[in-house]
Amino acid sequence: MSGLTAERAIPDRPGRAENYLTAETGLASWLLTTDHKRIGLLYMAAITVFFFLGGAAAFLLRLELFTPEGDLLSADSYNRAFTFHGVVMVWFFLIPSIPNILGNFMLPLMIGAKDLAFPRLNLISWYIFVAAGLIAVYTLVSGGVDTGWTFYTPLTTAFSNGNVLAAAAAVFVAGFSTIATAVNFIATVHLLRAPGLTWFRLPLFVWAIYATSIVMVLATPVLAMVLLLISAERAFGIPIFDPLRGGDPILFQHLFWFYSHPAVYIMILPSFGVISEVVTCYARRRVFGYSFMVYALLWIALVGFLVWGHHMFVSGQSLFANLVFSFLSFVVAVPSAIKVFNWTATLYRGQIVFDAPMIYALGFIGLFTIGGLTGLFLASVPVDIHVTDTYFVVAHFHYIMVGGAVSALYGGLSYWWPKITGRMYPEAWARFAAVMMFFGFGFTFFPMFIMGFLGMPRRYHVYPQEFQVWHVLASGGALILAVAYLLPMGYLAWSLIWGRRAIANPWGATGLEWQTSSPPPTENFDTPPVVVQGPYNYHPEHEGPPAMDREPHSPQGGQPV
Amino acid sequence: MNGFSLWPPTASEQAARIDSLFIGLLVVAGAILLLVAMLLLVFSIRYRRGSSARRGELPEFLRRDVELGWTAATLFLAIFLFWWAGATQLRASDAPPNALEVHVVAKQWMWKARHPNGAREINALHVPRGEAVRLVMTSQDVIHSFFVPAFRVKQDVVPGRFTHMWFRATKPGTYHLFCAEFCGTEHATMGGTVTVMEPEDYARWATAQPQEQDLPGEGAALFVSLGCSGCHAPSAAVHAPSLQGIYGRMVNLADGRTVRADAAYLRDSILLPKRDLVAGYEPIMPSFEGLVDEGDLQSLLAYLESLRGEISR
Ligand code: HEC
Ligand SMILES: [Cu+2]
Ligand SMILES: [Cu+2]
Repeated sequence: MSGLTAERAIPDRPGRAENYLTAETGLASWLLTTDHKRIGLLYMAAITVFFFLGGAAAFLLRLELFTPEGDLLSADSYNRAFTFHGVVMVWFFLIPSIPNILGNFMLPLMIGAKDLAFPRLNLISWYIFVAAGLIAVYTLVSGGVDTGWTFYTPLTTAFSNGNVLAAAAAVFVAGFSTIATAVNFIATVHLLRAPGLTWFRLPLFVWAIYATSIVMVLATPVLAMVLLLISAERAFGIPIFDPLRGGDPILFQHLFWFYSHPAVYIMILPSFGVISEVVTCYARRRVFGYSFMVYALLWIALVGFLVWGHHMFVSGQSLFANLVFSFLSFVVAVPSAIKVFNWTATLYRGQIVFDAPMIYALGFIGLFTIGGLTGLFLASVPVDIHVTDTYFVVAHFHYIMVGGAVSALYGGLSYWWPKITGRMYPEAWARFAAVMMFFGFGFTFFPMFIMGFLGMPRRYHVYPQEFQVWHVLASGGALILAVAYLLPMGYLAWSLIWGRRAIANPWGATGLEWQTSSPPPTENFDTPPVVVQGPYNYHPEHEGPPAMDREPHSPQGGQPV
Repeated sequence: MNGFSLWPPTASEQAARIDSLFIGLLVVAGAILLLVAMLLLVFSIRYRRGSSARRGELPEFLRRDVELGWTAATLFLAIFLFWWAGATQLRASDAPPNALEVHVVAKQWMWKARHPNGAREINALHVPRGEAVRLVMTSQDVIHSFFVPAFRVKQDVVPGRFTHMWFRATKPGTYHLFCAEFCGTEHATMGGTVTVMEPEDYARWATAQPQEQDLPGEGAALFVSLGCSGCHAPSAAVHAPSLQGIYGRMVNLADGRTVRADAAYLRDSILLPKRDLVAGYEPIMPSFEGLVDEGDLQSLLAYLESLRGEISR
């Protein structure tokens, strides 16, 4: 432990009675818990199940696409598989993943609070989420939906044979869980910061979760309304989007993308936070341009609401609207670029350690950069007209949401794993998995850029011969990627039993969450911490990190003296 | 259409323009990616833990000026790229007035095309090389999207309204036609071919097709058989507006608005006549909703358009 802070040493491990994992036992103590840490784990369990389900659907898709003919799945089952994959991955994996697992667990710890502002709301939001998930699974077993996760009208309202109402209900209900969590996070950040933790001393992960929560609260109701409208038209025949009765199918797209573009930021902003924590810790440097990083997050959250029309360049929207949305889409790229540059600059004059979380983070920066740069192609109207609704778009958003957000999730999980479980995972395996994930991802999704540009449309289960090379590459890569995703589940589970016990602050990190034992006691801190300075004090303000060893760093705060 | 390649065939005027923009973007994106990758690599090696590289405080200029510098630089770059892409789009947005007009109706899961001389084809489109071709498209059921990768054009085809796109093919050959918007079970097979022919071949091909009445002619017949002429013909006893030269004219509505009688307006007048009432007339026109399908509508509109005569154009 750091010599600087050891005035009152933090016990590395709490006694059995205080450890949040062992303080109470029995199933009821988990299912009725209001402890944000336990609820975080409940989310982890539920979300892992959905990750498997969505992943299994993806696996089927990639298997089918090995050959140009439709030999494994029929047209209908393929359509149902990609719809299920999309719905589950977006609403039951990506959107809740980092906020509800890592955010739920870490947010109170990082701001020195005992719990979230509304612990019971937190628990109920998990139950709502599980209920929504059960409806989603019911949708699948009752025959599935074949509309795509985008639910375009009038296909969805008047022509689809699938169980659209159940799917809409699943997503509708999940929205309540999202909103409940977001409100909880916002209130927590406003009300429960430790003494001395001013806004501009907040760790960037907290800022990221805060910005995400605001987007969630503002965007999700629009999704809820549009799903209600769809259900009203489909179930009761109330004409809203049906052009035969004076409705407007394009109106649906406006409403849907008004939610779904911000939803992209709901999925990616939290990972910005994770990466900022990890990069600073393993580069042993203060983050480069802290205030720019904060403003970039807020700018993205705001302008993200104004660019939805870039999904509709070929919908028949006016040229003027196309150009306005194109302009705003280019503008929203700037803060993302700033973040990439600042992470890179944080490495400059650092003392870089290549532990697994850092490898994940570097992989994230690379993949996110590619995803972001290809966004420039899609913001250009003429190029977008050619590549929209092709595999180019599929590749683009998987680079952001899978190469980006999922890498960050794995990186964040590894980084905080010792804190969450009190155990160390096997480092060599973790590094191996991180490297494998990067390359597996590249093999899977890079060929999609090429075939998309060549004209391969998305959502095709049969395709012209000439695209097969790229599909085979992608499917082969998907196999590697699948192993890379399963591997961490294996060694993380292994570490629960056989892993070395973790000390309170194994990485020598500065955040408040490391100023308590691993795993934390139920109350998080024995005495409420007091914050004395900004985050990331890996070295004195006007110096660099010292040579060779990790110390001394000075934690952001600690127990009051 | 076959064989391994990294670049799709380039067979229209637009394609060449879009490709140069695409290459430009590739260069810019490649340069930025290379910059980021090199920085990551160099920093990772040079500042790995325990290396002997100098650490210590960041130089003053690095802390502020660099941050402002690259924020400004990316902003300028973004605006520049917007300008470039926007200009490319503006240059090609409107079809030339003499373009060959082909009507396309999409339905689950089929493309039907109809040439100006009445030639029809299904899941195929023949076009002359070097001539501007304008597609006027609508759908009978869900949204589809007309996509010809070799031309770099794509346009959603939406029920209840007409969408347009145009291209000028430059290279004879046969190219893929795809439906790019998910439209239900057989979406993946809702495609066909676009064949670019030399103009004389096209002329020969078009006349060799089973001839039917041309669109306006068919529309004129419908106009009589559906009973429109009973009210709208100049000799009719009913008080109804004359449709002579209606297409493209400004119309005064009963509620005081003035609108242009474009395709969408005329379509609404036929399907939902109560919506936009013409000033000075009673709402007696019945709705033809359900009585006319998309093909009929296109014919009727083509007929109304032909009534415009020498007034404009
Ligand atoms: C019963 C008589 C009647 C019949 C039959 C009828 N219309 Fe009309 N139509 C009217 C009247 C009256 C108006 C003006 C009031 C209004 O706008 O509804 C009108 C308006 C229109 C307009 C708008 C004219 C303008 O100046 O803006 C169009 C276009 C039109 N009709 C087309 C048709 C077509 C095509 C048909 C046949 C499919 C048809 N009508 C059949 C009586 C009729
Ligand atoms: Cu978007
Ligand atoms: Cu389709």
